[in-house]
Amino acid sequence: MVLIFIDHADGHIKKASFEALTYGAALAKQLGTNAEGLLCGTVADDLALLGKYGITKVNQVNNEALNNLDSLVYGKTIADAVTALGAKVLVFSHNQTGRAVAPVVAAKLKAGLVTGAIALPDTSNGFVVKKSVFSGKAYANVNITSDIKIISLNPNSYKTVAGEGTAEVSQLNIAIDSLKVKLTAVNKVSGEVPLTEADIVVSGGRGLKGPENWGIIEDLAHVLHAATACSRPVADSNWRPHHEHVGQTGEQIAPNLYIAIGISGAIQHLAGVNRSKHIVVINKDPEAPFFKAADYGIVGDAFEVVPKLTEEIRKLHNS
Amino acid sequence: MKILVCISKTPDTTSKIAFKNNNTKFEEAGVQWIINPYDEWYALVRAIELKEKDAGTVIHLVTVGGADTEPIIRKAFALGGDEAIRINATSDDSFYVASQIAEIAKQGGYDLIFTGKETIDYNSSSIGGMIAGLLDIPFISLATKFDITGTTTTVTREIEGGEEIAEVSLPVVVSCAKGVAEQRIPNMRGIMAARTKPLKVVEPAAIEPLTHVTSYELPPAKAGVKLVAADNVAELVRLLHEEAKAI
Ligand SMILES: Cc1cc2nc3c(=O)[nH]c(=O)nc-3n(C[C@H](O)[C@H](O)[C@H](O)COP(=O)(O)OP(=O)(O)OC[C@H]3O[C@@H](n4cnc5c(N)ncnc54)[C@H](O)[C@@H]3O)c2cc1C
Ligand SMILES: Nc1ncnc2c1ncn2[C@@H]1O[C@H](COP(=O)(O)O)[C@@H](O)[C@H]1O
Repeated sequence: MVLIFIDHADGHIKKASFEALTYGAALAKQLGTNAEGLLCGTVADDLALLGKYGITKVNQVNNEALNNLDSLVYGKTIADAVTALGAKVLVFSHNQTGRAVAPVVAAKLKAGLVTGAIALPDTSNGFVVKKSVFSGKAYANVNITSDIKIISLNPNSYKTVAGEGTAEVSQLNIAIDSLKVKLTAVNKVSGEVPLTEADIVVSGGRGLKGPENWGIIEDLAHVLHAATACSRPVADSNWRPHHEHVGQTGEQIAPNLYIAIGISGAIQHLAGVNRSKHIVVINKDPEAPFFKAADYGIVGDAFEVVPKLTEEIRKLHNS
Repeated sequence: MKILVCISKTPDTTSKIAFKNNNTKFEEAGVQWIINPYDEWYALVRAIELKEKDAGTVIHLVTVGGADTEPIIRKAFALGGDEAIRINATSDDSFYVASQIAEIAKQGGYDLIFTGKETIDYNSSSIGGMIAGLLDIPFISLATKFDITGTTTTVTREIEGGEEIAEVSLPVVVSCAKGVAEQRIPNMRGIMAARTKPLKVVEPAAIEPLTHVTSYELPPAKAGVKLVAADNVAELVRLLHEEAKAI
């Protein structure tokens, strides 16, 4: 059986988990077995509806203590669930929760782990998972040889498919350890689309000259329901919050559309965004290296081009 | 307090990425090696800052790697750190590497183990969590702030769309991301001192790797950029809508 970890926050299942469920169900089909979900904690969403992603059953460890993440307790709980259910493959999303938990589970189960998977494994000769390496500049094919195998899927690299069907919801009785990590505060930037989950990202660089000019970036992001990001010097100068910094040393993202405005396209910046499906570059310098990595581009002044772009998109939405 | 900092070696961020031997090995010719930026800028520097506040703190560095990782250890020593342990083995399996470090950690009785958020070549983000799992101690991933009062640590970690602040008692494993410390450059005194700091080499424990890389691939080349004139923004919107179907 293929077991998919279902991640949630604020009572709702995260979008990245729909991708993981779709992926896990496709993998189960490839292996001639069934796929089930595993949810730790409680949510407001109707779990039976997750059947539409191709899973037959959702196993829930119904314990409110698990609504807070303590990696070690989570890791042990999931490892116990894998053992109790006899799962052979475990799928995570390689998001913040996946990074916090999957390696703990792998250690507990002595299971081979491949993180950052971008495609279904090749099971014709072994169990070979393609993962992103060198910060998106290459892929490695990695064979997992242990009995139990763990994969964590890069967000935005497998398309969610929703069909028909409902899943059976079943309670799983697992005794959990007391939490050692005590959560004292959660600060969420309200109203913004989280960067790592966003379909579209609008990003600004030093070409915007200063934080007072970010209105044009925010307006464009707003009409596109996009998240905002920035280059490292922009975050380092405190023009924008640090969590918006993308690149080699910042967040690595792979949205469907990445719009880079006033960013030169240094190799370290590209390392965080080059897995984006479509890249648009707006830069006044035709020689900017970013154009080599772009699908579409405009050579022009951001302060003239971006407001026009926002306007044209508004028109498109209204038409 | 005893701190263990996990140090790995990665190609310089501007290195050309290419493969040899039928795409099974990374082409190392011409590559400059650096300390993995997360390990250097954040994990190691935070450990040094803690030592500056509490002189009784001891910092050990650990790396799993061949003799070719020693220049990296010396570079780390130039920033700070008291002793280093090199486990004489190379592996691309995270479980193997984490198990080796866990063995060292068991013997050393560390209060705090720091890793980087991820290596910029293998991008696994796995070693820290695995060490914690193997030692059965708490793990905080993707820390952006780390403080300690007595034996209680206060850690801020990244979550989707924000951050979480949590408290946890020592011992703990923490993976460090941007924000944990301010990047530093070594000074002359540090560079001189680095030469004589003790670097111990130990042989690896017998551990069976659970994964191995069979081959590498480069992504398909981009078709080339389609340029749209700056006075024709509507055309860009049309292309994004009709051709890319991205908006
Ligand atoms: C080890 C290491 C790690 C790094 N990690 C990262 C990382 O994670 N992320 C990252 O981003 N960087 C990183 N960097 C820094 C990186 O090398 C670049 O310095 C940085 O990305 C440049 O940011 P920028 O493009 O915003 O600024 P600049 O390089 O200054 O580029 C500004 C661009 O704006 C254009 N411009 C100016 N005015 C306008 C206008 N009016 N309209 C349109 N365009 C205009 C210019 O033509 C230029 O191309 C790293 C560097 C190192 C050494
Ligand atoms: N060979 C190694 N030796 C010592 N520490 C390592 C090694 N590989 C990775 N690490 C540590 O684990 C972190 C995460 O690495 P990874 O899980 O490979 O992305 C790195 O930032 C290092 O701190």
